[in-house]
Amino acid sequence: MAYINVPDGHPGIRGLMQFRPETAKALNLLVEELLQIDIGLSKGEREIIATYVCTLNDCLYCRSIHGAIAKFHCNGDEKFVQDAVNDPQNSQVSPKMKALLAIAKEVQQHGQNVQQHHIDAAREQGATDLELHDTVLIAAAFCMFNRYVDGLGTVQPTDQKIYDQMGKQRATEGYLTKPVVLT
Amino acid sequence: MAHIPTQPGLPGISSLFAFRPETAKPMRELAHVLLYSESSLSSGDREVIATYVSSRNQCVFCTQSHAAAARAHLKEDASIVDDVLLNGVNASVSDKLKSLLTIAGKVQKGGRIVTDEDVALAKSLGATDMEIHDTVLIAAAFSMFNRYVDGLASFTPQDPADYVEMGVRMASVGYIPPKS
Repeated sequence: MAYINVPDGHPGIRGLMQFRPETAKALNLLVEELLQIDIGLSKGEREIIATYVCTLNDCLYCRSIHGAIAKFHCNGDEKFVQDAVNDPQNSQVSPKMKALLAIAKEVQQHGQNVQQHHIDAAREQGATDLELHDTVLIAAAFCMFNRYVDGLGTVQPTDQKIYDQMGKQRATEGYLTKPVVLT
Repeated sequence: MAHIPTQPGLPGISSLFAFRPETAKPMRELAHVLLYSESSLSSGDREVIATYVSSRNQCVFCTQSHAAAARAHLKEDASIVDDVLLNGVNASVSDKLKSLLTIAGKVQKGGRIVTDEDVALAKSLGATDMEIHDTVLIAAAFSMFNRYVDGLASFTPQDPADYVEMGVRMASVGYIPPKS
């Protein structure tokens, strides 16, 4: 049971968003803008960066839902996504993504850990200003979402099927539609 | 120098907001609801929580600017801000605010460190569910803002005087720019 009185049947951040719609609105607009665009980085790449940070922060709910969304964006290739978030430098993602995931990892640890050489390495692989910006902000934003979901002790299902159901909706509709009723 | 090209003269998060207005808008709205809008926790106390988290994350820009906003809200009680910056949860603040700062400090380290007991203590001292929610989300949000500002190495003014005016503006109009 969560630490505060959130409605039953709404796991993770869903219950918190029902509890406080005023902050939910801003949070959903932020992820929509960061994860649901294909400018530079694809939606799949953006979700992989998010899932990687959630994995480093060990947030079960966020890692599972964003892993599911990333999978839908990557043609259902679960292994590709899981390899990327478990060991990015030895995974099948592009050299540019490897450099961006290295930056995301530094941001997850501490903002000041990002050094010029991390930025230079990503630029050498073709990363643009916008991609660098969005990588840092995605990593930073998930340091917020993970702390929000875990810090209020929310219910986090272990059944991946629930996340696949929610993930399919978010991958196809984005983050601004009413949550699908879980079955 | 920032890691991405930003407008000269704009400090900290303002320069990043100008680089990417699409993400700036919801981030400003979030800060406005959490720190400025009507709440049973005063804006002064909420800015103190934001300042405390920013200080623990060693983010100079966020610490200085939100400390200035907190001082502007707290007026004659402004010394609380420096007390919290120096002494953390041992500062001379109410027991309720201490219990919320304890929760915020744990969220800064990691969400999973917060315990039932931390929350029960805050509730026993009068904290409502909404106040606990907002404390956790303020601490989480500043774990984002701090990383955003420092992760892109945005311009951080070194003169404390530069932050005074900023804080007064944040305390008087909040975080959503007036419609032009």
